[in-house]
Amino acid sequence: MTDADVTADDDNETGATAVQRAIEEKTYGFWIWLISDAIIFALLCAIFVAMAHSTADGPAGHTLFSLRHIFAQTMVLLASSATFGFASVAIAAGRGRRAVLWLGVTFLLGSGFIAAEIAEFHSMAIADAGPWRSGYLSAFFTLVGAHGAHVSVGLVWIVLLGCEVMLRGVTPFAASRVHRLGLFWHFLVMVWINIFSLVYLPAFL
Amino acid sequence: MLGKLTIDALPFYSGIAMAGALTVVCTALSVVALITWLGRWRYLWTEWLTSLDHKKIGIMYVTLALIMLVRGVIDALMIRTQQAFAFEPHGYLPPDHFDQIFTSHATIMMFFVAMPFVLGLLNIVVPQQIGARRVAFPFMNAVGLWLTASGAALVMISLVIGKFSTAYWTAYPPQSGIQFNPGVGVDYWIWAVLLSSIGSMLAGISFLVTIVKRRAPGMRLMMMPLFTWAALCTSILIIFAYPALIVAAALLGLDRHLGTHFFTGLQGGGNVANYVSLFWTWGHPHVYILILPAFGIYSEVAATFSGRKLSGYNPLIYSTVAITVLSLVVWLHHFFTLGSGADVNAFFGSAAPLIAVPTIVTIAAWLLTMYRGRVQFSVPMLFTLGFIVTFLVGGVSGFLFAVAPASIHDTTFRVAHFHNLLIPGALFGYFAGYQYWFPKAFGFRLDEKWGRRAFWCWIVGFCLAFLPLYVLGLMGMPQRLNRSDVADWQPYLIVAQCGVVLILFGIAFLAVQIAVSIRDRAALAVPGGDPWNARTLEWATASPPAAYNFAVVPEVHDIDPWWTMKQEKTGGRRPSRFHDIVMPGNSSAAIVLGAMSFVFAFAMIWYIWWLAAVGGLGMFAALLWQTFHDRAGHRIPASEVEAIENHRAVSCVVAVGATT
Repeated sequence: MTDADVTADDDNETGATAVQRAIEEKTYGFWIWLISDAIIFALLCAIFVAMAHSTADGPAGHTLFSLRHIFAQTMVLLASSATFGFASVAIAAGRGRRAVLWLGVTFLLGSGFIAAEIAEFHSMAIADAGPWRSGYLSAFFTLVGAHGAHVSVGLVWIVLLGCEVMLRGVTPFAASRVHRLGLFWHFLVMVWINIFSLVYLPAFL
Repeated sequence: MLGKLTIDALPFYSGIAMAGALTVVCTALSVVALITWLGRWRYLWTEWLTSLDHKKIGIMYVTLALIMLVRGVIDALMIRTQQAFAFEPHGYLPPDHFDQIFTSHATIMMFFVAMPFVLGLLNIVVPQQIGARRVAFPFMNAVGLWLTASGAALVMISLVIGKFSTAYWTAYPPQSGIQFNPGVGVDYWIWAVLLSSIGSMLAGISFLVTIVKRRAPGMRLMMMPLFTWAALCTSILIIFAYPALIVAAALLGLDRHLGTHFFTGLQGGGNVANYVSLFWTWGHPHVYILILPAFGIYSEVAATFSGRKLSGYNPLIYSTVAITVLSLVVWLHHFFTLGSGADVNAFFGSAAPLIAVPTIVTIAAWLLTMYRGRVQFSVPMLFTLGFIVTFLVGGVSGFLFAVAPASIHDTTFRVAHFHNLLIPGALFGYFAGYQYWFPKAFGFRLDEKWGRRAFWCWIVGFCLAFLPLYVLGLMGMPQRLNRSDVADWQPYLIVAQCGVVLILFGIAFLAVQIAVSIRDRAALAVPGGDPWNARTLEWATASPPAAYNFAVVPEVHDIDPWWTMKQEKTGGRRPSRFHDIVMPGNSSAAIVLGAMSFVFAFAMIWYIWWLAAVGGLGMFAALLWQTFHDRAGHRIPASEVEAIENHRAVSCVVAVGATT
């Protein structure tokens, strides 16, 4: 935001410009919120790194993770980012039905990701490698679990916005909401890339 | 059915705790009874509790802060009384209860006095200062208030049901861990902190966007008033720092309830140092989140009551920004004694004193403003002057802490030091702002005489209460001591006790001031809207302002636009035409969301799972209802705007006629 970027509050602000302005502000505010969320993930990553060797004689990453499982999970999430992109394109073209279809595909992929994550957590927990086992595993479950919780919120959100687009059509408000959800979704994919390189990859090297 | 909650949660174990609980319950009941008797529930609900008007939200924030201030000062009085008289025999408070009180004192002062006071003043003033009609996100802003209020309610209800934390407001493990604190106290702390943190973050985002996106046409960043600059920097710090506190508190909760090993010492591989680092990564910027707005207020007050332009407007801004940046890189100086190693300590030991440089610049700018001006010693100015003198002492004592090995760490010297920064540096600023902007919010001034009396009680009381603690610290008295057997310390502790009694008088006088001012409101009225001959844009609106603040959004070409308008005699000129103005309507979703967050947190603390589900779903429902209910807002027709503005013009003329 530059100094010269002065905003106007026109007295004769019409409905359309007011809506446009509200949407701009919301998108800007959403970016700011994403920054603070990114800081939360950064701190959780920092805690994970600080505890990377605090296994307390418990299992370490390379005995717990399956590369194939994680690779598949990652691919599913990346694919969901692409399908969300198609939904955004459909919204931009004003084609609500097609957008809902792609949102549905994104939802399925996201659910698949979450299901895989739950399966992974469950298999670790029954092998006595749950978050209570060691500092390393506490940090692992919290970081990956926080990401999973975010994705789950995203899934609920996809359902809600899918319903909105279906019932009300592609209104400016609905379009801007899908846009912000897209920011959130792609942000989570980027966070996952970081988690993948920081948490899983070192275990296989 | 009720989780861990049993009849034992009521404070039958101690007469003092029972008295505290009864006071809370009786006060709450009598407020409810009074409102019912006056028949004002509907008014309260439609005009205040569901309002999205930033001025009203600001007033409610400040009210919350003042109520919690009373509780915090009573806690302080109890701590001081215990320390003053607990020589040899153990005083009147058992250690467990004493620990609860100093924990709640600090928690309340930080999260439920200082923060709401800051956010309240921001809400009342900032939109008007930048020529905006509203904040960018009125609903989110209201949710911030109600989350903070429900956090405060959690701390209050811990007096009645269960106990509060005994782990001090920093809640360091292992003291705050499940092993040493198996009760619900620390959970109350965690949830109160989480709710108020999320509330503060929402407010921070709302103000950042408002300031960046909603300034009046022509107002560049380097034309913004200093208070708005401080608000901008504070918002940025809130957004960057609060995530660290949220993470720290959440991980502490996981350690306590899911058996994770983040901070649990060596067994399990946890590390306490991580908690300490996370906590102060937030904690140090938080000092500046509290102090920068006060600095902004001092700038406004110094300029207005010296009757001249602020000296060093640009240096003041650069200093504010420099403090903002530096505050994010010095957190380690809060725990030199943890043993982070010589190099790390040396880095932070050198970075910390750097903050003194911009601080000195700001103080020099205020002094220059006064030196070249014609100073009026009204109440806000008294608080400003009192701040400058006492704050210097606090700042100088801070230098000693930059010396990592000194033996004053963790003594009462530290207690004296940070009270010396936060009472003059923050609280006096809020008081100055409160006295300065009260006529803005309500249309009449506060009584000067009682204001002066309150000021003198506060400043003398402050000196008496904290200067002895410096001496005690140098004598080696550890902080947070329940009782002692050192006879040499007791005289100083008794002096400190006198100080806190004086501060109590200061609070009483502030209450009297409000009562007297309401009684004399006709004589103290400010029909012209600008009682101080002020300079910045918030005084261009009516006092109290109309819901829309500005009937016509002003054009800004300079700093101090209201002063320029007055010089050019264009201020308050009636426009030829009025337009409809669309303002956000009311919404009950914000307060419902806040109430549900309280239910949720309370249920989580006591393991009442069905109630937690109710609270969680309630929050979700309130959010959904607000989000997908696209309101057009509340349209104020041009005729109504014209009527309001005409009425204002008439009362201005009458006022001018009366004074000449």
